[in-house]
Amino acid sequence: MLRLVVRRLLQLIPTLLGLSILLFIWLNRLPGGPASAILGERATAADVARINRALGLDQPIYVQYGRFIKRLLELDLGTSVQTGQPVWDEFVLRFPATVELSVAAMIIAILVGIPLGYLAARRRGGWLDVASVSGSLIGICVPVFFLALLLKGIFAVNLGMFPSYGRLSTGLDATHVTGFAVLDGLLTGELDASGDALMHLVLPAVTLSSIPLAIIVRMTRASVLEVVGEDYIRTAESKGLEQKTVRGRHILRNALLPVVTAIGLLTGGLLSGAVLTESVFAFGGIGSFIRTAIDARDYPVLVGFILFIAMVYVLINLLVDLAYSVIDPRVRVH
Amino acid sequence: MSLQATTKANKVDRLAELTAQSETSAGVSLWREAYRRLKRSKMAIIGLVIIALFVLVAVVGPWVAPHSPSAQLWRGEVFPNKGLFVGPRAGNWFGLDNLGRDEFSRVIVGARQTLLVGVISMLIGLVIGAAVGALSGAAATLGGKVGQRVDTVIMRFTDIMLALPSLLLAVSIAAVMGQSLTTVMVAVGVVQIPTFARLLRGSMLAQGGSDYVLAAKALGVRKRRIALTQIMPNSLSPVIVQATLSLATAIIEAAALSYLGLGNPDPSVPEWGVMLAQAQRFFDNAPMMSVYPAVGIIITALGFTLLGEAMREALDPKLRG
Repeated sequence: MLRLVVRRLLQLIPTLLGLSILLFIWLNRLPGGPASAILGERATAADVARINRALGLDQPIYVQYGRFIKRLLELDLGTSVQTGQPVWDEFVLRFPATVELSVAAMIIAILVGIPLGYLAARRRGGWLDVASVSGSLIGICVPVFFLALLLKGIFAVNLGMFPSYGRLSTGLDATHVTGFAVLDGLLTGELDASGDALMHLVLPAVTLSSIPLAIIVRMTRASVLEVVGEDYIRTAESKGLEQKTVRGRHILRNALLPVVTAIGLLTGGLLSGAVLTESVFAFGGIGSFIRTAIDARDYPVLVGFILFIAMVYVLINLLVDLAYSVIDPRVRVH
Repeated sequence: MSLQATTKANKVDRLAELTAQSETSAGVSLWREAYRRLKRSKMAIIGLVIIALFVLVAVVGPWVAPHSPSAQLWRGEVFPNKGLFVGPRAGNWFGLDNLGRDEFSRVIVGARQTLLVGVISMLIGLVIGAAVGALSGAAATLGGKVGQRVDTVIMRFTDIMLALPSLLLAVSIAAVMGQSLTTVMVAVGVVQIPTFARLLRGSMLAQGGSDYVLAAKALGVRKRRIALTQIMPNSLSPVIVQATLSLATAIIEAAALSYLGLGNPDPSVPEWGVMLAQAQRFFDNAPMMSVYPAVGIIITALGFTLLGEAMREALDPKLRG
């Protein structure tokens, strides 16, 4: 297990290195280069030259790249043009909100998706099957931000069942411990704050879960259908094993393998969705921040975010590989 | 002639025979059978009908639209600042947009631009992705040790691209290229490159171990010829399926980019993604203004998804027979 972890972490290095080169090229290709990104589009030539000297942009390209890497290793992602604060600090401040939202969305997608996919497969052709297959096909075709607007319009603005924006109601004074609003309330015993945060979480999380849910339902269904036809299921049934055992240990365990991989791959998309969802619900996570960074051409934030996300993505896929080795003994590394 | 030589010659003949078969009948019969199963699939029929209608509207749209999509004919009747909008009525079936233009005409005319965005983005991804994938796949199956190196490098590169959330990659591209519809198409297209590349490569690797490739190698067919005339044609089906599905995601992603403010701010020629992005500001007072283009996007994307999924099922060798 440890060897697998170490090997995967080592594999991270070329990926991140490649990514840093791409980002470096990208930064240099930006209209006007970093100088006008810092000074804005109305900078004078003298100002640009001054900034270029200050940033070392008059030096050879490999020296510049070396510096870029050195700063990255020191977790120095630069300063946000919008807030004037270090990009890293801004991320640390906002990351918990995005994690909370993404995790909630994934929990919904998994808790609903896997049972639904399983039942749809076991009752193939029944109404549940037809409904979940067509539902999931439509689910992946609905633009996330439109779904967000729709849910917000119906359940928050018209029916008033849920709050329409933010993470906590104004006036509610909650203690910050971890930055995860729901968890903080539970830890400090402020149950009202926890409940309030949960209500704020419902609509964004449901919105964000739509695409992973659709994909998980379809994958589980297809996978269960394939496994059910296998010889070992017939063997298990004919040797008189209890239905419960066959279902749990033989069908589900085997059928979930591709689903687990898919869940890992969905994380990248989840973060794209979070940018859109958070901006509709003004959720205050990294997503909302990125949305405004795009408008403000806040390049240090965008570069930092891309590196940040790439790392998160690779780490999540590492976790998926580990989960894989737990579920599937065949890929276990001894 | 020794016995050994005779059997060797027989083997080559047999292999040549197999190769010939795979060139003439096997490839065709897969497609023919897939087509037969596609015709029986309800999903494919519904998908095709939707796509046909969409293409029809896209082609004839500008001629059948009752009003000009860009002229602000009823400008004095709409006041977005005061929350005053005009809903569906006799002359304007879908009501008016925030600038007093006929919403129905805009939806009809917008189909063409939307189709264009989808097709061009998909083609960018398909052409570049397939070229990269073919190179990688050919290098891996036929290139020996050096080829495998080349393949590894290319695949690492696509891994990096895949590791980025597509929307962010698109945003980064848009940041360099500026705000326009071309940007949106290039961004959405580039995002699809690694998917196509990986798919074609994987499919070629799977074909690389087939008997007919072995046969062609044994017959001394040149490597480039094997790659182009034997492996490639037999590896294309997943790519074609993906191209169909990509049309759906391209249209949806283009809408998301427009929503993020990277599309053309207000083109004289309407496009559904841009229309939806513009309309969302007025969602509380005029929700239907968002709903019309959104429904257009959803139904169109559904059409391509249904057809793509049906094709995938029809081409799946596991489901044959």
